[in-house]
Amino acid sequence: MSLADAATTRTRVVETGLLWGLVLLVAVLSLLPIGRLVFEGLAPGGALSTSSLGKVLASQATWTATANSLVTAIAGTVLAVLLGGTVALLTTLTDIRARNAFTFCFVLPLMIAPQVTALAWLQLFGPSSTLLKLIGMAPPLGSKNPLYSREGIILLLGLQYAPLVFLTLRAGLRALPKELIEAGLAAGASPLTVLRTVVLPLMTPPLIAGIALCFVSSLGNFGIPAFLGIPGNFLVLPTLIYQRLAGLGPGVLSEVAILSLLIGLIAMVGILLQDYMLRRRDFRITTTSSAARPFELGRWRTPVEILLWTVAILILALPFLGLITTSLIPAFGVPLNAKTATLANYAYVLLEHAASKRAFVNSFLMSGAAAILIVVICVPLAYFIVWKKSRLLRLLNVAAELPYAMPGVVLAIAAILLFLKPLPLLGFSLYNTIWIIVFAYLARFLVLGLRPIISGYLQLDRTLEEAAQIAGAGLVRRLVTIIFPLVAPAAVAGALLIFLTAFNELTVSALLWSSGTETLGVVVFSFEQGGDSTYASALAAVTVLVTIGLMLSTLLFAKKLPQGVLPWRD
Amino acid sequence: MARLNIDRARKYFGSYTALDDVSIDVEDGEFIAVLGPSGCGKTTLLRQIAGFDKLDGGEITIGDRLLSSPERHVPPEHRKLGIVFQSYALWPHMSVAENVAYGLTVAGVRDPERARRVAAALDLVGLTGFAERRPGLLSGGQRQRVALARCLVTEPSLVLLDEPLANLDVHLRASMEEEFSRFHERTGTTMVYITHDQAEAMALADRIAVMDRGRLLQLASPSSLYREPANTTVAGFIGEGMVLPARLLSKPEAGHCKVDVLGVEAVMRCRPDQAASAQAKICLRARDFSIARDEGGLAARVERLSYQGGYFRMEVRPLASEETVLHLDAPEPAPAAPGETIRLSIRDGWVIPEADLAA
Repeated sequence: MSLADAATTRTRVVETGLLWGLVLLVAVLSLLPIGRLVFEGLAPGGALSTSSLGKVLASQATWTATANSLVTAIAGTVLAVLLGGTVALLTTLTDIRARNAFTFCFVLPLMIAPQVTALAWLQLFGPSSTLLKLIGMAPPLGSKNPLYSREGIILLLGLQYAPLVFLTLRAGLRALPKELIEAGLAAGASPLTVLRTVVLPLMTPPLIAGIALCFVSSLGNFGIPAFLGIPGNFLVLPTLIYQRLAGLGPGVLSEVAILSLLIGLIAMVGILLQDYMLRRRDFRITTTSSAARPFELGRWRTPVEILLWTVAILILALPFLGLITTSLIPAFGVPLNAKTATLANYAYVLLEHAASKRAFVNSFLMSGAAAILIVVICVPLAYFIVWKKSRLLRLLNVAAELPYAMPGVVLAIAAILLFLKPLPLLGFSLYNTIWIIVFAYLARFLVLGLRPIISGYLQLDRTLEEAAQIAGAGLVRRLVTIIFPLVAPAAVAGALLIFLTAFNELTVSALLWSSGTETLGVVVFSFEQGGDSTYASALAAVTVLVTIGLMLSTLLFAKKLPQGVLPWRD
Repeated sequence: MARLNIDRARKYFGSYTALDDVSIDVEDGEFIAVLGPSGCGKTTLLRQIAGFDKLDGGEITIGDRLLSSPERHVPPEHRKLGIVFQSYALWPHMSVAENVAYGLTVAGVRDPERARRVAAALDLVGLTGFAERRPGLLSGGQRQRVALARCLVTEPSLVLLDEPLANLDVHLRASMEEEFSRFHERTGTTMVYITHDQAEAMALADRIAVMDRGRLLQLASPSSLYREPANTTVAGFIGEGMVLPARLLSKPEAGHCKVDVLGVEAVMRCRPDQAASAQAKICLRARDFSIARDEGGLAARVERLSYQGGYFRMEVRPLASEETVLHLDAPEPAPAAPGETIRLSIRDGWVIPEADLAA
């Protein structure tokens, strides 16, 4: 063989090796956990049996939790659609001012951990509310906090996920060609008639997508029902799974596996229903042009703006104020004033409490590791998906959505099943180490990095890569010196999204943590469960500040990003 | 040796034949233009030579090295070619010097040798002093020069140019054309130049390969392409040729024969082996007509006059064949007004050898 032949062979080996490595990796991260879980459902502990299944299905608790899950998820979704949909219509179609700032504020709750939202709202009501005491409106001692209820859960789920509906609907509205609206107006229809007969019917696909997303997220949410439901023994499926596993240990693994399959099944039904509804009718929009000129609100503009900002303040500023005020008092129940105000809680969680300090390090490291690893995986992965059009990887691209679309407890239980026993050949177990959490983060958030990086590739002129190829650069060198720098803005955006989501996450780590591997979510949860609301609030306030800081930092390079990559940016 | 040989190249996209038995032999140091309308397969051909796509049939060799065949495919990074892309494809995150140096770095050339060669390449394209600029801050012409320097710094034996002037202003094109031409003379590199602009191809190339619908129609020097088109498609495509049916009246004699076209007798150039035919096709150019003063020649009615600056483009319909439109150039002042009848004599023309190829 000549030298050139050897080089050609080497190139082929590198490319094929990289492709198969990625295929294997994505399969391990997405298909393996779900497959393991299904296997456990069919054959608990490795032997085909229906005893666990029978036990779970015969239990009254199973069906109560299922009913509770369905009711809260559906009602929460309805609330989210009403709120998010109205706000999306108002901010996208009308001429209100300061749109960007409002979008940022309205989307913010989505990036804040659900357990922090729950904690903050809890501080707002109830007899011990520092804020209510401050204004002398606290209910008498002994009365129940109204949020510890089914309605409380529904309210917070609705507020938490209204931004999801807002975002999908707004993306749809911006793609709506202005001619369609103008043709309606020219035909003599009033703006409201156009809205009812043209805009809303065409918005069915994004609306249905938003509803499905909202339903699945509400169904899988752990933080809100954990904080609001567990004290009143109002259990949904994720909290039931958590209680079983926390109370009885890995011995009940087969039973919780069946419970998590049940919740996965419900989520699947939601997703399939969405698919079916979108297929029934033709919603394709034929022309593409610039976005519609906004409807002028005229004298209604200021009242609408006031209304919108009131909503933003109610759902953002007020609960956060509750959180801050509670974090500043020396003990829960003590009124806040110039004499009692103290930063001791912050000092305690940041400097003294061992688990809390560890959690900072753990959450930073694990979220950071997940973000960096996912970007390193996704840059070559998206290369093969977008440019090499690898059919195998396109299928796996769909599979990669699975761990994120499924409720978090499903993945957590799957990870326990996978790693409880020592790894074959290697002989050590990942269970009770940080690596099981890192694995779960990689699997769950892979798609959060993949989507922005794919849109980054789609924006890129491929001749930039071909020019490097002609210059003699092999695939790995091209990826490092040409492609990575070019998709870097999208990759950084993806990494930040992963970091923020993992940093605020509780659902997965609540089931996977062990002493020494606490995450911030877990510590906030333990503080609150132990009655230490002041510490919980201080810690939660710090995570909120970190989150907002990181979100704001993205505005520095937002101009270089493909549109729609960051949810809080236009 | 950088002789490029494309032998019966075939490429399919699904059921669509993008390259249909294309064979081109490029001499060492030759400047070949591949000319054709969009969708003719010229870009597909370039991507085959570069190695971005795999060949479905035939072979591509450079020198004695087989690069592409259905069984064998050398990836682009091992072909040692240069390409100048239509979009320039300059890396925005690197300076001009880094762009130019990339190929050398990849090949393991280190400073000071690398710096010396980058400086020499930039000097060659007249961009000394631009080394530290970012490509985004350069004009279109300057970017094109950087792309040229980047492609030539590694001294490739073959350079492919993909419509390099398509994105430039008209006034810039002329000067870049000159630049490419000088460049080719100075370096002696074999060049394959893809374009849809025949003026560009005529001005630059030693030979032109005319392509249409995946087939190679003719490969010849600009002059013989213009004077002696091999088939009706080339005749119609190059130089606004008018293709007309004709009857051959005599055997070729010293490269000429008598023909009957539109009822008029004329003498035209033809191949020495041109067979007599009652259904031949001939190619006429605007300059082959002159306006006759006497009663002989071809009677035609003036359809339209359009002023071109110094002369008129005249469209006329022969009285004998109303559906045919001919065009010719007449100097100022206009010899006739629309609606008037004039008489034309045919001074020259070419009998198309492959008239039966007409689509």
